[in-house]
Amino acid sequence: MLRFPDEEIHSDMNQPASPSLFQFVLYMADNCLVLGHRLGEWCGHGPVLEQDIAMTNISLDLIGQARLYYQYAAELEGKGRTEDDLAYLRSEREYTNALLVELPNGDFAHTIARQFLFDAWHLPFLKTMLSSPDPGLADIAGKAVKEVTYHLKWSREWVLRLGDGTEESQLRMQVALDEAWMYRLELLMPAPFEQWLIDAGVIAGPDEIREEWERTITDTIREATLVLPEDPAVQTGGKTGIHTEHLGHMLADLQYMQRAYPGLEW
Amino acid sequence: MNTSTTDIASVWTLLETVVDPEIPVLTVADLGIIRDVHLTEGGVEVVITPTYSGCPAMHMIEVQIMAALKEAGFEDVKIKTVLSPAWTTDWITEEGMAKLEKFGIAPPRKNQEVPNCPQCGSPHTKLLSQFGSTACKSLWQCQECKEPFDHFKCH
Repeated sequence: MLRFPDEEIHSDMNQPASPSLFQFVLYMADNCLVLGHRLGEWCGHGPVLEQDIAMTNISLDLIGQARLYYQYAAELEGKGRTEDDLAYLRSEREYTNALLVELPNGDFAHTIARQFLFDAWHLPFLKTMLSSPDPGLADIAGKAVKEVTYHLKWSREWVLRLGDGTEESQLRMQVALDEAWMYRLELLMPAPFEQWLIDAGVIAGPDEIREEWERTITDTIREATLVLPEDPAVQTGGKTGIHTEHLGHMLADLQYMQRAYPGLEW
Repeated sequence: MNTSTTDIASVWTLLETVVDPEIPVLTVADLGIIRDVHLTEGGVEVVITPTYSGCPAMHMIEVQIMAALKEAGFEDVKIKTVLSPAWTTDWITEEGMAKLEKFGIAPPRKNQEVPNCPQCGSPHTKLLSQFGSTACKSLWQCQECKEPFDHFKCH
C-alpha cells in the first residue's frame, strides 16, 4: 500500500489519506473547472461556429476531468462532502487554481494565449502522472492525457494561425501572449503540497517536464513569427488562494444557484 | 445448476438493446464501454467505463441500463464506473464500425489518419475541425461529393 510522508489514517476507512494529496487533487480539479468555465463563457459567442464548438468541447473535457478529481478528492477526504460541495461551496480563498486559468476571456487571441500556455504545461505533466504510484491519479491521467492531446494541438495551431496571419491578428496574438506571459511560471513552481508529493515520488517535479514545456512554447512562438516575451515578472498566488480580482466574479456566477438555493437539484 | 451463466448471458442480451443517446445506431455493447457483468447476491452489477471524461451521455446511459435491467426483472441493479484501463475506440466492435459507416459517420479505423467519405467512399477528404457535434467526433468534408461528415475520432 502506498504511504505518504504526511499520511493520516482515517479510523473509518483503513486507507491512507494524505492532506497533501487531497490538496493537490483539489488544485488539479480547480484548474480544470475554472478554465472549463471560462471556455464555457464563449458558448454562443465564438468567432465562427466551428471554434465555438471547439471551445465548448474543450470546456466539456475539462469539466469532466474536474469532476473526476473532485470525486476523488471527496473520497480522499472521507468527510461526506461531495463533488458538488467542493465545486459549489468553497470560497474564492479556498480555490487553489493557478492564476493563469482564471484570466478573463478577452478577445479570441487572449483565450488562445491562456489555453496554449496552460496546455503546454498540462500535457507533459499528465504524461508524467500516468506513472504515478497513486492509482487514483494514474487512472485520471489515463483519461485526461488523450483529451488534452487534442487541446494542445488546437491551441498551438491557433497561435500559429493568428501569429503568422494578418497584421491585425499578429498584433493581437502578440499582445495577448505578452499579457499572459507572467502567469505561465506558476504552474511550474511547486506549492508546499506539491513539494510533499514530489519528495514522496507521487508526482513529478518541474524539472521532469521543463524541457518539453519550454520547447513547445518557444518553438511555437518562433514558428508563429511572434516575439518571445522578455518580461521577467512572475505572478503567483493562486495555489495559496490569493487570486486576481477576476476569480471572485466568476465564482459568484458559477456558484449562484447552490448559494441561493442550497441543495438544489435539476 | 447453471443459472448464473444464463443470467449473465441474458444481461448481455439486454445490453444489446441499450443505445447511445447521441449515436442511436450504436448499442452500449457496440461501444465497448461495458467492462464486466457479474451477479451479486440478489442482483447484478454492470461495470462501465466512460468514453470521454465529460461525455454528457454517460449519465443517460447509466439510467437506461438501469431501466432495461429493472424492466427485465433484475431487482438489485448496481452500476459501477471504472476509469482504468481508459476507454479506446479499439473496443468498438466490428459490427459497431459498420453501423457507424452506414449511419454516415466515418468510423475510427486504426492507422487511417484521413477517413474515407462515408457517403461516396472517396479517400479525398479534408478536416474542417478537430471538434465536432460531440466530444468523440471531428468534422470533415469530402472533396469529391462535397458532403460534410462526422468522423468518430481514434481515441
